[in-house]
Amino acid sequence: MEIRQMRKRNTVIALILMIGSFALIQALIMGGVIRSYQQVTLATICINIILAVGLNLVTGFTGQFSLGHAGFMAIGAYACAIITLKNGSVAGFLLGILAGAVLATVFGILIGIPTLRLKGDYLAIATLGFAEIIRIFAQNLTITGGAAGLNGIPKFTNWPWLWAFTCLSILLVNAFIHSSHGRACIAIREDEIAAEAMGINTTKYKVMAFAIGAFFAGIGGALYASTFYILKPTTFGFMKSIDILMIVVLGGMGSITGSVIAAVVLAVITTALQSFSELRMVLYAVMLVAIMLFRPQGLMGDRELPLPSEWKNRRKKQPQSAAE
Amino acid sequence: MDQFLQQVVNGLSLGSIYALIALGYTMVYGIIKLINFAHGDIYMLGAYIGFAAVTIGGLGFFPALIAAMVLCALIGILTERIAYKPLRNSPRITLLITAIGISFFMEYAMMYFVGANVRAFPDVLPKTQYRLGSVVINLQQIAIIVTTIVLMVVLQFIVHKTKIGKAMRAVSADRDAAELMGIKVDQTISATFAIGSALAGAAGVLVGIFYNSINPLMGMMPGLKAFVAAVFGGIGIIPGAMIGGISIGVIETMVSGYGSSMYKDAVVFAILILVLIFKPSGLLGKNVREKV
Amino acid sequence: MALLTVKNLTKSFGGLTAVSDVNMAIEPGELVGLIGPNGAGKTTLFNLLTGVYEPTTGKILLNTNGKEREIQGQKPYRICGEGIARTFQNIRLFKELTVLDNVRIAMHQNVKYQMLPGAFFHTPGYVKEEERLKKEAEELLDIFQLTHKKDEKAKNLPYGEQRHLEIVRAMATKPDLLLLDEPAAGMNPKETAALTQTIAQLRRDFGLTILLIEHDMSLVMKVCERIYVLNYGQMLAQGLPEEIRNNKLVIEAYLGEDMNA
Repeated sequence: MEIRQMRKRNTVIALILMIGSFALIQALIMGGVIRSYQQVTLATICINIILAVGLNLVTGFTGQFSLGHAGFMAIGAYACAIITLKNGSVAGFLLGILAGAVLATVFGILIGIPTLRLKGDYLAIATLGFAEIIRIFAQNLTITGGAAGLNGIPKFTNWPWLWAFTCLSILLVNAFIHSSHGRACIAIREDEIAAEAMGINTTKYKVMAFAIGAFFAGIGGALYASTFYILKPTTFGFMKSIDILMIVVLGGMGSITGSVIAAVVLAVITTALQSFSELRMVLYAVMLVAIMLFRPQGLMGDRELPLPSEWKNRRKKQPQSAAE
Repeated sequence: MDQFLQQVVNGLSLGSIYALIALGYTMVYGIIKLINFAHGDIYMLGAYIGFAAVTIGGLGFFPALIAAMVLCALIGILTERIAYKPLRNSPRITLLITAIGISFFMEYAMMYFVGANVRAFPDVLPKTQYRLGSVVINLQQIAIIVTTIVLMVVLQFIVHKTKIGKAMRAVSADRDAAELMGIKVDQTISATFAIGSALAGAAGVLVGIFYNSINPLMGMMPGLKAFVAAVFGGIGIIPGAMIGGISIGVIETMVSGYGSSMYKDAVVFAILILVLIFKPSGLLGKNVREKV
Repeated sequence: MALLTVKNLTKSFGGLTAVSDVNMAIEPGELVGLIGPNGAGKTTLFNLLTGVYEPTTGKILLNTNGKEREIQGQKPYRICGEGIARTFQNIRLFKELTVLDNVRIAMHQNVKYQMLPGAFFHTPGYVKEEERLKKEAEELLDIFQLTHKKDEKAKNLPYGEQRHLEIVRAMATKPDLLLLDEPAAGMNPKETAALTQTIAQLRRDFGLTILLIEHDMSLVMKVCERIYVLNYGQMLAQGLPEEIRNNKLVIEAYLGEDMNA
């Protein structure tokens, strides 16, 4: 199919999905099916999708294993909280999100440049170290409220805002993946030496992917601050980074639809097990190990959810590939 | 100057504990290239086993130490067999995520069974203090340092003078070649996990008698710091882990003593990052390069 | 003036000197062979030319677009940008990606839209450029009749076609000088003969200069106009295929190997 046609078709599908999801949830909220308790779950899903899509770009698509995503989330959360506490208007909220995202991006670049020379588990540990340092600073600085954190943060997030930011994140990351710059990132995951030999400045694109991931983590953090109106430094520990990583891994590294599905599935499971908090963590751990042992590629692998128009093609193709 | 010496003594005892944990990290990394995230939790289990041995079993310090080491060794072998062995040929990232899962499993299963609250570790050694000039050293600290030294000597003996030690060194140098030479790789890896976990178990009991309090999440931070120690000394290198552990312990106490204890963890992670960036092979390591 | 000039190039790894005081000059449009026994330093020389290794001493000069500059020790992606492309002895394709993507990735350095707004917002400029990339990639794939496999994953191609795809991918960077590292390794005589023709054709159609490492003497003797021989990291001989075939030193270095194969 020609690129122009494909683009037109994708735009139509995206619009249908976006408007459909918005209308459906909005109707459920207005009809009283989704009450304020479930709205917290809904917000968590949206925030987790934003965080996971960003981390997927870094870890799933570019192949750079990060255990420090919570650090960037913390930067976004505190930036937005501090600004909205000073200016409690919608303008302040939007400024807070922007500031959180930009600040997280700046930190992403600053942390990315030295650490992205490292590979695999060394990189993972270095990013973990940076995230811990960010958390320790949040715990000790006055502006972030020290160990007690910040509270009384004005709440602006509601379904339309969450929906808008979630759609924006998915669309932008998806567009990036399907560009030459996105392909350069994927090439690094596949074979860094070959990518460099084919003219790709691997350092630049690794840092870029890291910065974009941090940008969306900043947005996710800012929305988190506004949704839960309390921030505590302990929220942004190692455990939070693992939570986000878990979504990416469960959904499939390199699959955006996978991240979206996994964010929903995990939130539903977590909510269902709310009343058994310790057992929930045990099950969570067992699930993590079981996925690694039995389905390390996650739910979707590196594929996207096929569109109805692609179902036929897939079925037609299968006997061929089986014959090879 | 006296305060400085006092900090050195405190740092040495803390560093000994880090060194014992770091040894397990470094040995496991050396043999299967895995950062065993669950290693810090083996140390936590060691503390609880020691606690149970003293409170329920009514044992003294030494038998409790042995009990913790033996049981931790078994747990170490078991986790390797169940979780890591099936993934031996998977990407290292898969293995790392599995280790994180195992770590959570140990922490929260423990929390489920014994509760999240902190428990007071009973005094198994008298609270005797000795004065050397104005430097105070107590019996607990002496026990920690002496136990650590003894265990390290035993470890050096095992690694360099016994058959299993030779097998461990061979497997970590080249697993396939070792297998072709008739070395039983599975057994050797199990032995590595057993020894590493026993050392962590010992560290758990020592920390129990030193700080008197234990909880299911106590393994997280020391685990990470011991890993930093292993990287600092040169991961995969046994003397590196010893030097690294002691260094991190002393640095941490110095930061608490002279700077702000709030930032002591931040300093440790900053060291980690600096080492990774400037000399990722650590103090005693050699740089290697990918073949094209 | 030579397209590529190598002056007194040396590379040591600790105590081992893998490439020692090597001099070369390759004229524009030449097809030059680089041969030598195993471990002679051929791939190390390629890695020096493409920036994977930094030379211990010596210079590498590249002369394209009418100006000559030193390129030794530059990063691989820069050297690729300067006009040297390569293939790998042990195939290094982007295995999980499609054939088309493998080629398009190599075109990235010449892509005309920016990350913002193009890549994120798929502007009209993006669409136009992506259409061009696809068309040009398909044209390049046609050289080896790979176009109908453009949507297959690279790892699913048969071995010979993977080697072809490596060459197509290198071509997609628009090189002036193409370095081929054992392009016929593992191919049967029929495939090798076909490859020989295609390489010659590539050079004609694209006005390329080619330097190739090869173990298959039939290929080297048939297509190369000039041959360099490395042994123990040193340049043992150079000359026309006939001269090399009869060179005493070369025969000694290859003792036991059939030069007339």
